This record gives sequence, C-alpha cells and structure tokens, in this order.
Amino acid sequence: MTQKTDHILEARNIKKYFPIKGGIMKRTVGHIKAVDDLSLSIVKGETLGIVGESGSGKSTLGRVILRLLEPTDGRIYFENEDISKLKNRQLRPLRRDMQIVFQDPYASLNPKMNVQELIEEPLLVQTSIKKRIREEKAISLLEKVGLRADDRLKYPHEFSGGQRQRISIARALSLNPKFVVCDEPVSSLDVSIQAQVLNLMADLQEELNLTYLFIAHDLSVVKHISDRLAVMYLGRLAEIAPKKNLYENPLHPYTQALLSSVPSTDVLNRRQKIILKGDLPSPANPPSGCGFRTRCPKAHDRCAVERPELMDAGEGHMVACHLYA
Amino acid sequence: MSEPLLQVKNLKTYFYLEGKKVAKAVDGVDIHVHPGETVALVGESGSGKSVTSLSILKLINKPGKIEDGRIILNGTDITPLSEKQMAKIRGKEISMVFQEPMTALNPVFTIGNQLKETIRKHTRVSKAEAERKAIELLKLVGFPRAEDTMKEYPHQLSGGMRQRAMIAIAISCDPKLLIADEPTTALDVTIQAQILELLNEMKDKLNMGVLLITHDLGVVAEYADRVMVMYGGQIVEETTVKNLFLHPKHPYTQGLLDSLPSLEKEVDRLGAISGMVPPAYDFPSGCRFSDRCRHVMEKCRTEIPDLKPIQTGHNVRCCLYE
Repeated sequence: MTQKTDHILEARNIKKYFPIKGGIMKRTVGHIKAVDDLSLSIVKGETLGIVGESGSGKSTLGRVILRLLEPTDGRIYFENEDISKLKNRQLRPLRRDMQIVFQDPYASLNPKMNVQELIEEPLLVQTSIKKRIREEKAISLLEKVGLRADDRLKYPHEFSGGQRQRISIARALSLNPKFVVCDEPVSSLDVSIQAQVLNLMADLQEELNLTYLFIAHDLSVVKHISDRLAVMYLGRLAEIAPKKNLYENPLHPYTQALLSSVPSTDVLNRRQKIILKGDLPSPANPPSGCGFRTRCPKAHDRCAVERPELMDAGEGHMVACHLYA
Repeated sequence: MSEPLLQVKNLKTYFYLEGKKVAKAVDGVDIHVHPGETVALVGESGSGKSVTSLSILKLINKPGKIEDGRIILNGTDITPLSEKQMAKIRGKEISMVFQEPMTALNPVFTIGNQLKETIRKHTRVSKAEAERKAIELLKLVGFPRAEDTMKEYPHQLSGGMRQRAMIAIAISCDPKLLIADEPTTALDVTIQAQILELLNEMKDKLNMGVLLITHDLGVVAEYADRVMVMYGGQIVEETTVKNLFLHPKHPYTQGLLDSLPSLEKEVDRLGAISGMVPPAYDFPSGCRFSDRCRHVMEKCRTEIPDLKPIQTGHNVRCCLYE
C-alpha cells in the first residue's frame, strides 16, 4: 500500500513488547510494554522532539522506527513505503537514508578504529567508492563537523566527549542520509559543549536538508532544537503539538507537571511547581485505564476504567486525556 | 551576620601524575557557608568542584594531596586531624549525599541496616532506639511504608527512593553541614523536583548549611542562596544567586548562561563557548579561561587575576574589572 504525503516517516499503531522470562523452563511470564500502540508521523525537513522520563519507551521507539528492533505489531512507512515487514537484506539499501546518533560517544565508537576508518566504514559497507574518494569524503566530513583533517588518524580515546560526538555525527552523515534519529546526543556533554553540538546539528540540518527525530529527557534542549514535540509516558503518547503550543499551552497534566519541574534560571519570575507524587509505574504492570492516573493530580473515576485516546485539540495539537473529551 | 559554619581558606589539592605532571585540581579556593544557607558550587566537568567537596571531608587519596589551606568547621581547624578523628566528623558533623545512590549504598545490606549503622556509630543509643529513630527518619524523607523499607535492599528501590534513603542516612545524626554532590543528576526531572524540595525542607528543619555541588544552573537558580562559579580549579565569580543570573560579570559565567537553552526564551542559536576545559595539568599560564575568552587581552595571557570585589558581595576574577 502506498499513499502520497509529505511525511518522510509514518508509524502506525506501533507496539513493542519485551517478554519477561521466568521459572526454570524460561517461559514467558509477562511482557514489558515498552511501546504500546503509538502512532506518529514526521514531516520532511522538520525536527520532531520526543521527551519522556526513563522507562517511557522513547529510545525503544527510536529503534523500532529504524527497524533496529522488530516491532511486535504496527506498521512503519518510510517515504510512503511500508518497511515494517522488510527482511534485513531488503532493508540494507534503506539504511543509507536512515541513520542514528547514540547517546554515549564512549560506547558507540569502536576504540580500535581510527577516525578515518570509523567514518569510512559506512561507505565501505554500502558503496563501492574508491579508496581515494572515501578518504576525501572523510576529510570533508571531519571539517564539516568542526574537526581538523589531521585528526583523522587519531583514535577515539584521544578525543573529548564533545569531539567524539562530532565524530559520531560525521559517521552518521557519511552516506548522506535523509532521516537521522538522535538518541540523547548531548546528554553526556557539559553545557558549553552541548551548545556547540546543538548548533552544529542545526547547521547540518539546514545545509543537508535533514529530518531529525530528536529523543531527549532535557526539555529545554528538546525545545530549542525541535519544531514539534511529542511527550511519552509509559509507552504511549500523552501529547503531541507544535513546540509553541506545547510549551505555552500544555494540556496534559503530565506535560504540565513535567514543564513545571524543570529548574528555571529566571530568578525574577518563579513558576509554580507541580510536584508529582511517586515514580513511573512499571511498564510490565501498567495501571488500568490511563497510565498516568496513579500520579495525576486531576485523576477521576473514568481514568481508571477507560484508556484515553489521542484526540485533536486544534492546530495540530493532540492530547490523550479524559479532561478534554 | 552569624559566624560561618564552614570556612575553607586557600584550599589547594594537587594530583601528582605520571611523568612529573601536576594536576592542580583545586588551586586556592575560599568558601564560607553559614547555618541555614545553601551555597552552590557550579562548574563543568573538570572544574574541580567534586575534588573541593572531597577535600573538605579529607577524602583525598594518593596520588592526590591537600597541598595547602585550612578547613575550619564551627571555629575549629579540622585540617590537622588524624584519619581516626576525621571518621568521627564524617557523617556526624559533615554529611554527604552523592550523585549515584546505587554505588553509594552498600548493595548487600538492607536500608535499615545501613541507617542503624550510621546512627549507632555516632550516638550512644540502644539497638531498639536506633531502630525507632531509623523508621522515623525514613518516614521523614517520604517513605510511606517505612517499616517495610527497613528490610529492603537498595536494588529493590527506584533511583529517587534510593536518593531519599541516602538523604535519610546523611541527616541521621543531625549534621551541621550537608555536602550534596550532584544529588539529582541521575534522576528524572519530576523526581529531581521531589528530591530538591526534600533537601530544602530538611535544611530548614535542621538549620543545616548546605554546600550544593552541581553543573545545572537551573538547580542553582532555584535552590541556592549564594553561588560560586568554578573554572580550572579556581573560583571565578561569587555572588548572590539573583545577582549572578541578572548581572553575570565573568566572561565564563556569561558564556555559560548564553549556552543554556531555556524554556522561557527562544533563541535561534545558542551562544556556545569555543574550545573546551583545559586539563588540570596543562592550564594556560595566565588567566585559565584566556584561551576560550571573547574579551581576552594581552595581560590575560601572562598574569592570573585575583578574585576581587566589584561591589559588596560580588567577587570576580577577571582582568576586565581591574
């Protein structure tokens, strides 16, 4: 099935359940519902930010969308082509167009490869470009991400965290992808370095016409880089909206609490904090009805029985909460 | 103003590395904390803020050494104290809450065990009395089923709950000074808000002085009274929280604030600081920020500026203000 839209990627009713094995027979005794019936689409050239706390399923979603993890159910369309059932071999050409930058640049770069080899590796796997051209390409990529051509013979341990993340970005961009999943790319960096990398990512997006799915737990960072934002809670979307709407008029009680919890450097206007009680429930045993009701200051009877569906609140603002039904 | 609870004077902690390299992790730091006051020490990785806190507790091991300086707690100089005497102060007079509660708590003992151990070590109470006090403390820091929690192991608790348990242990002997080293960095933002509120509440209740070590300027803005910005092992700016965020003077502080994305205002580009923090064994010879500074002048390269008041209660270490 194909359809014409300006969506580069569309995910429909994605579910990703991880089995929990127990007993001596290692039988499946339950499931962690990391992503539970979630749909979203990403427009060409935009940055969609995904925020959520640890355990909300945001990283799993990023990996399922790239088919690095098999979805339990649901469909993924990349450039209007259904890729949810493609075999690994069929996926390989698509990998050029879809790349990922991981959180931890200490773990995601092979310590035994030098920078040149790291950046060339995707070209070697995916293309038959000659060695000399590969080298030229690696140098131009290094310069593009703000490193020097002389750095290409160094190894990852010789670089700082920020520089390593630049190498990861150069590596992800080596095949001229259209779509990049950025999974907490700046969370392990200091603020001054974080700003450098965020600026770089914004420049590259403009120059190369990239589409980003930007996953992070830091709401200020996500707000800065994104056009639209999705808030995840227990594997589901709580709210999705253009950035301005989400920050100025958050509808979901969880989004409201989340935004109010971010410590602000505005010493003159103090925000009223909504302090949530308790922790995120276990995704193995989510509450009935609305997943957020156990911590929600506005929960009522209906929330325990009926799961709220995502509904339109106008101007592309969607919210899953019974308060607005 | 009351007598300061903690005074650190000209603290220098150096690490002697291979190849005769000397890392001046902390290089002439002065701190004072009053009872009931939260002083934040803010800086990026490698600025020396954690080494400062460990030095105050004299927890520096080889190849590190406290080279110089005095640490005065409640009018008594604790610098010359022996390891045995320090053990009586740690956990009693000065307590510490660490960043990662999973590594700070002992995984093979129950929460109750670890709480009672601290209480019995520093106060002469019976086992039953310690048990009662431990349960009371757990209730105080927000464990609704404190009696059950006593029997639980750290791995059975969530990150936020473990940090609550850490705080219970830290305040168990009514310390006068609490050092909180990145207490919420490992936590989600909604949990962070819970823990910071709890720390604030405990501070008021026990009239403790708190030295809050963090890299998060938002946390500083919301929870500290005074703030010290650290760079390259030195304090580069020191003032009230309001002053720092409204009138930052040091180019490094200004750069940090510009590089911070914020929920309130919308900017196209973040004002990044170029370059990176130099390693502690290879500081520039003059001002340690000179290599990254926008306003660098000739003399910045040769002389280290002093930390000087530019107005009452606002000290800056920068040649621009000399």
